[in-house]
Amino acid sequence: MGILSIGVLAVIVLLALLAPVLAPFDENFANIGKTLSSADGVNILGTDGAGRDVWSRLLYGAQLTLSSALLCAVVAIAIGLPSGLIAGYYGGTFDTMSNWTASVLMSLPGLIVLLVVRAAFGPSVWIAMIAFGILISPSYFRLTRSAVQAVRDELYVDAARVSGVSDRSIIGRHVFSVVRAPIIIQTAAVCGVAIAVQSGLEFLGLGDPSKATWGVMLSEGFRNIYLTPSLLLWPSLAIGLTIGALVLLGNAVRDALEDQEKTRRVKLATTGDPATTGAIGATSVGTSASPVKVPKARRTPKSIPPVEAGTEHHLVKVSHLGIGYPQADGSIKKVVDDVSFHVDRGEILGVVGESGSGKSQTAFSVLGLLPDTARIVAGSIQFDGSYTVPPASDHVDQRQLAALRGKRIGYIPQEPMSNLDPAFTIGYQLVTPMRRVLGLSKRAAKDRALKLLADVGIPNPARTFAAYPHQVSGGMAQRVLIAGAISCDPDLIIADEPTTALDVTIQAEVLDLIRELQQRLEVGVLLVTHNFGVVADLCDRVVVMQDGRVVEEGPVRQILRSPQHPYTQMLLSAMLEGKEPLSRLSAPIVPTAHANDQEVTR
Amino acid sequence: MSIQTLLQVNDLVVDYPGKGFRAAPFRALDGVSIEIGAGETLGLVGESGSGKTTLGRAILGLAPVTKGRIQFEGEDIGSASGKKRRSLSKDIQVVFQDPYTSLNPSMEVGDILAEPLIVQGRSRIEARARIVELLEQVALPKDALHRLPRDFSGGQRQRIAIARALALSPKLIVCDEPVSALDLSTQARVLDLFLDIQQATGVAYLFVSHDLDVVRHISHRVAVMYRGEIVEQGDALPVTTTPRHPYTRRLLLASPVPDPDRQASRRAERKALATAEATTATL
Repeated sequence: MGILSIGVLAVIVLLALLAPVLAPFDENFANIGKTLSSADGVNILGTDGAGRDVWSRLLYGAQLTLSSALLCAVVAIAIGLPSGLIAGYYGGTFDTMSNWTASVLMSLPGLIVLLVVRAAFGPSVWIAMIAFGILISPSYFRLTRSAVQAVRDELYVDAARVSGVSDRSIIGRHVFSVVRAPIIIQTAAVCGVAIAVQSGLEFLGLGDPSKATWGVMLSEGFRNIYLTPSLLLWPSLAIGLTIGALVLLGNAVRDALEDQEKTRRVKLATTGDPATTGAIGATSVGTSASPVKVPKARRTPKSIPPVEAGTEHHLVKVSHLGIGYPQADGSIKKVVDDVSFHVDRGEILGVVGESGSGKSQTAFSVLGLLPDTARIVAGSIQFDGSYTVPPASDHVDQRQLAALRGKRIGYIPQEPMSNLDPAFTIGYQLVTPMRRVLGLSKRAAKDRALKLLADVGIPNPARTFAAYPHQVSGGMAQRVLIAGAISCDPDLIIADEPTTALDVTIQAEVLDLIRELQQRLEVGVLLVTHNFGVVADLCDRVVVMQDGRVVEEGPVRQILRSPQHPYTQMLLSAMLEGKEPLSRLSAPIVPTAHANDQEVTR
Repeated sequence: MSIQTLLQVNDLVVDYPGKGFRAAPFRALDGVSIEIGAGETLGLVGESGSGKTTLGRAILGLAPVTKGRIQFEGEDIGSASGKKRRSLSKDIQVVFQDPYTSLNPSMEVGDILAEPLIVQGRSRIEARARIVELLEQVALPKDALHRLPRDFSGGQRQRIAIARALALSPKLIVCDEPVSALDLSTQARVLDLFLDIQQATGVAYLFVSHDLDVVRHISHRVAVMYRGEIVEQGDALPVTTTPRHPYTRRLLLASPVPDPDRQASRRAERKALATAEATTATL
């Protein structure tokens, strides 16, 4: 589509440029003896009411129409772009003033201003287009200003400032590159609008009759519509084709840029978290259908096979689990491979690993909250004696899990703030899932919520109940989410880096809370973390993961004190506690031809 | 003091304008004084919102100085602007926390590293030679020059950021949480790199971190910030192992150790301290 519209525009521009060569007659040469004639060998599109050659006028008209539209865009950019850059980058008084001016310009009735300009300065199409360029410049101003504001506080702009780069170079090099693409898109649209406005004015008879433009021809054709309808056809076609091509070009450029963005994001997202926002603990049941769709392929057989005998007593048992993401080339990229472990009632299992180790993906597969695109490529997961992922199934049994999630499995997320909806009070977000899942009355649910908030150590439950998420601290928000996770007396809690986003003193308190609740409620906990200190504080057993595989598993003391696998040894040797200060932690690195760091890009 | 003082900050106050009409300004730093000698590392530890990042930014000229003095080699730089600041960039550099936003995603690594050199008037050829040297110093492959930041992992990006900071051979680098976005093993390698560079070049660091272990490991002296003030300051080992101020003590006891039994006793100690504090508070 983009190529087609570029082609159309290129042809039109070429025709306009070659007008002096291609046009058989001057635009105003009138053969009085041959008016309103139809197409013949001399006048290939016929002549108009004054005997002028339509084809020649169309070509010269293209010249004037296109260049005046371009002038309009240039004027608008010349005003809007620099003022937008300055206002966005520096802010302050200039920003206030220019913003105010832009608002005034935008509130002026454009057509009336253009009529006034015509009355004052005459019918020149150039003057009209300059005026229109000024009128439309706020659209560039606003666009540039908001784009610049978005990057102004980026760290790389700060780094450039510290490097001594002058403001002008920063704007030119780091900031301008951000607005380039939107400006191009905007310009395509503005040119189209300029042609439309200009033609509209001229159609009303406000153009300069001594110059050939498409609008003037349109006006002329309209006057002779009953005698020679084709006079109207050609300029309309030219206008329609040009504006259409410009609009489509703008769309195509935008789509191309967005696609680029998307493919990049998809690449990054494969190791990221699935969308689980807006769900505190039990809420995930209420919304359970939305985040994960059951894939159409290979539905689970109606009868789920019984689990292997002798393993029913495990609360959760993951066997030889493999999770993969289909790639564009048809292959499947495995992020979890042959992972097996179990969690029993009343114990805390730590899953440790660095970013990209697949630890979060594993936890999410137990919760059934993997992204839509994920595939279970091998293995099975069972919960309390029945399969949630039967062997030889390629997806999580959502029906089965929806009944468990929030009732028997609670979830504590990493980012407390992004897991609370800022538009609703904390109380509402606690009460709603409880009413839904436990079938409590409003009154009973509120009482229970208040009790839960007190249980998780919130000093003034009533106040927190009525508060919005932004009114509480990160530590408080995490306590609220823990309250949500335990609201339905679960058997299993899955905690995904529950303290990573918190300050260390708050982390200690939240760890105390999790330990205390775990002992009191006798739940099993699957704790995902990268921090061996947190492991030592909470866990009974540990699973160490690297690149999607389990490299070592065992009781916490054994793993932390005498790790067997080299990777675990390396991780523990990277711990700073007890190391000689100001000494090297590893052997010197020799630069190699390729990546030294083994870690996976986030 | 035997080593020569490089940076001296006296009674620094930084106010940020309040949000909304006639709102009271927010005091991010309140009477902060620190000193960094040549070739020395001052670790600055504190929790989120304590003002530690603001102090780094004020030294870099990125935060407004309301009151107090910042002196670099005896010269007041607190209100330096424009030209003065540009010449300072030869001496004071920065490594930011987030290696994902501190590098312009649309610039090649070679251009990112060349920028500070070109600004200081070096020729393209000189800059080129220096960049090759820098890449070697931070152990990055030579073919990195013509690649974009997104081709690199977090640890490698942080190496690029460190190379950029080193480009002009500065005397002081402000490191704002440079390892907190990194994995444990990557963190260890990047910390090693910081130590190697200091040994090789004699650069001084202001090393800002929320992690007491990191600060203990890399610093000669440590300052502890709490709510915009420095509550304790001194040699690294005493401050980070036997702190005197109750807040530093709380910070130390809150950071978990990687052994269940030692962690259990640290936990008990922390709870005892909390109870003791609660009783003194009620008295």
